[in-house]
Amino acid sequence: MSTTTSTPPPAARSRRSTLRGRPELYTDYAADQAMLNTRAKRWSVILLILVMLAVPFFVSRDMQGLLTLVFIYAIGGIGMNLVTGFAGQVSLGHAFFLGLGAYTGAYFGGTPTASVQGLELEMWIWLPMAGIVPMLVGLAVAPLAARVRGLYLAILTLGLVFIGEHIWKEARSFTGGPGIGRRGAEPVIGGFNLYQRHTIFGIDFARETFFYIACLVLLVVLAIAARNLARSRMGRAFAAVRDRDIAAEIMGVPLMRTKVLAFGISSFYAGIAGGLLTVALGQVTGENWNLLLSVDFLAIILIGGIATISGSIIGAAFIILLPRGVERLADHVPFVGTAASPGLLSVFQLQLVLFGALIIAVLIFEPRGIYGLWLRIRNYWKAWPFSY
Amino acid sequence: MDILFATLFRGLGTGSTYALLAVGFVVVYKATDVVNFAHPALMILGTYTTSWFVFNAGFPFWVAVPTAMIVMGLVAALCERVALRPMVGEQPFAAAMVTIGLFIVLFPLAFRLIGTNVITVGDPWGLERFTMFGVRLFQVDLAKIIISLVAIAALALFLKRSRFGLAMRATALDQEVALSQGVNVGRVFGMSWAIAGGFAALAGVLVGTGGGGVEAITALVALKALPVIILGGLDSIEGTIYGGLIIGVAESLTRTYQPAFFPWMGANFDVVVPYLIMVLVLMIRPYGFFGTKEVQRV
Repeated sequence: MSTTTSTPPPAARSRRSTLRGRPELYTDYAADQAMLNTRAKRWSVILLILVMLAVPFFVSRDMQGLLTLVFIYAIGGIGMNLVTGFAGQVSLGHAFFLGLGAYTGAYFGGTPTASVQGLELEMWIWLPMAGIVPMLVGLAVAPLAARVRGLYLAILTLGLVFIGEHIWKEARSFTGGPGIGRRGAEPVIGGFNLYQRHTIFGIDFARETFFYIACLVLLVVLAIAARNLARSRMGRAFAAVRDRDIAAEIMGVPLMRTKVLAFGISSFYAGIAGGLLTVALGQVTGENWNLLLSVDFLAIILIGGIATISGSIIGAAFIILLPRGVERLADHVPFVGTAASPGLLSVFQLQLVLFGALIIAVLIFEPRGIYGLWLRIRNYWKAWPFSY
Repeated sequence: MDILFATLFRGLGTGSTYALLAVGFVVVYKATDVVNFAHPALMILGTYTTSWFVFNAGFPFWVAVPTAMIVMGLVAALCERVALRPMVGEQPFAAAMVTIGLFIVLFPLAFRLIGTNVITVGDPWGLERFTMFGVRLFQVDLAKIIISLVAIAALALFLKRSRFGLAMRATALDQEVALSQGVNVGRVFGMSWAIAGGFAALAGVLVGTGGGGVEAITALVALKALPVIILGGLDSIEGTIYGGLIIGVAESLTRTYQPAFFPWMGANFDVVVPYLIMVLVLMIRPYGFFGTKEVQRV
């Protein structure tokens, strides 16, 4: 597996010209491990990004806000997947790091009021800070977490969420205190507020549009970074630790360093997501960062697909858009409550029940999640009309 | 001195409830290697069921409690059969995720059934007090201690003396060997969940006693059993008693003395004390004080 250090033979460089028409023939490791290693992937990703960039001009403001949430949750989901999916360290403490990122961002980028502090810095300062501070805390907590394995770790990180909730209640000058909360950071770059209505060249941009695009760009950048990490030396170390940590250690993978790094990077992603989330939500309170948020992220990676970046994004889209779908459905299904009649279950309760049922069903029937479903479909059509 | 004694007694009362909750986790973990994150939901549904039997069906309290325990035992066994049985042989992580899924399914049901109400279980103690060594104490704490210890002792006796208990211990030791010796491992799994469900219901009743009443969100109290099992060891029933009492007393002492001596730690600090203890224990002894150390093989 030391192929990354060797230089590819010259013939491989001209692969594209000599082997045109045989896109799946790889003559070297680098080409096989390339991020977009087939033409179909290359084109579909470019097309998808272009479509997503065009979408805000065709959908309602409400929908733009919802898709922005999808991007933010996807960033957090990628972080969760790095530590839980790739490195195999089950963390229920993701909500804590999101909260930490949120309040760091709000402190550096928020407007000070009588009750809360804020430095009113610009987004290019507060957003990295919202990632770096949770990362440092994650790095500090991780050596403790690296001592325990598996379910013990899940229980330990669950404790982190409860301790965090207490801190959010008590650190009033940062968080605004319980029940009141505070406003998030202002997404201002060079005096230009991304979360405001603008008219540029006579085109009217809605309040959500620029923030939507900013989150999309961030998601693409962070997703590429994570994908790159996953196929690097570090990513292989993560996988080795996940599959058998003692075996990995015997093979020379530094166990402690790998686990600590996985936590640190994951917390960075969580912090960025938390910081962006405060902007999208407006007002945040300490109760936002509870255990159910951690469970949401767990659901994202389980339903989307463990140890895949695209799975995290699919999962986030699924988790965020499912409630809207359920709401639409509620008018047509008899036993679901609406504003008019309480029914058997309210819409919110039905969503949760569906979440839970989906997690169970995915784990039982398709452990690789929606991404695994897609793999099956793709492989079926690749081999079509043969069944294998 | 009186305050200290009353505080300790209250701590032992809540602590024995935690022990009872922790036993549910331990029974499932020993038999199936799964940490059952659905336990809080089972507990709150147990409280609701008891409340329903007392106030809607008109059962006396002492009939309603065993009935609710049986009902919740059946519910838990059903959950195991539907959701956990297909996961046999999978990683413990995946099975634990399934129980989180179960929690998300059952918890909204509790919210639907209880709504925004505060439910009580119609217990005979309420806020009655009695005097021991010249100190006025709550009857309900005494009841909690007695009921929990009797229930845990009964379970221990069942595991030690009965034929089925032997089968359960054999399964806990090694599933495949137990299977080859003719133990119906599937039934053991179902039974362990049923016991956990029954104990969850009983713990739910104890949480709901004492005049205060219970909301749907009180379910999260059951997560205090996690520090208890970390302290006592994931696979030790004996450990849950010590762990539960230590956590309960620590919490109670904090609630009484922390506002006076350490006000800077903030309000309701006692809520996080169990988790802080848990973090400490994990640093010193990751496998608890009574648990068996996990053997790692390559």
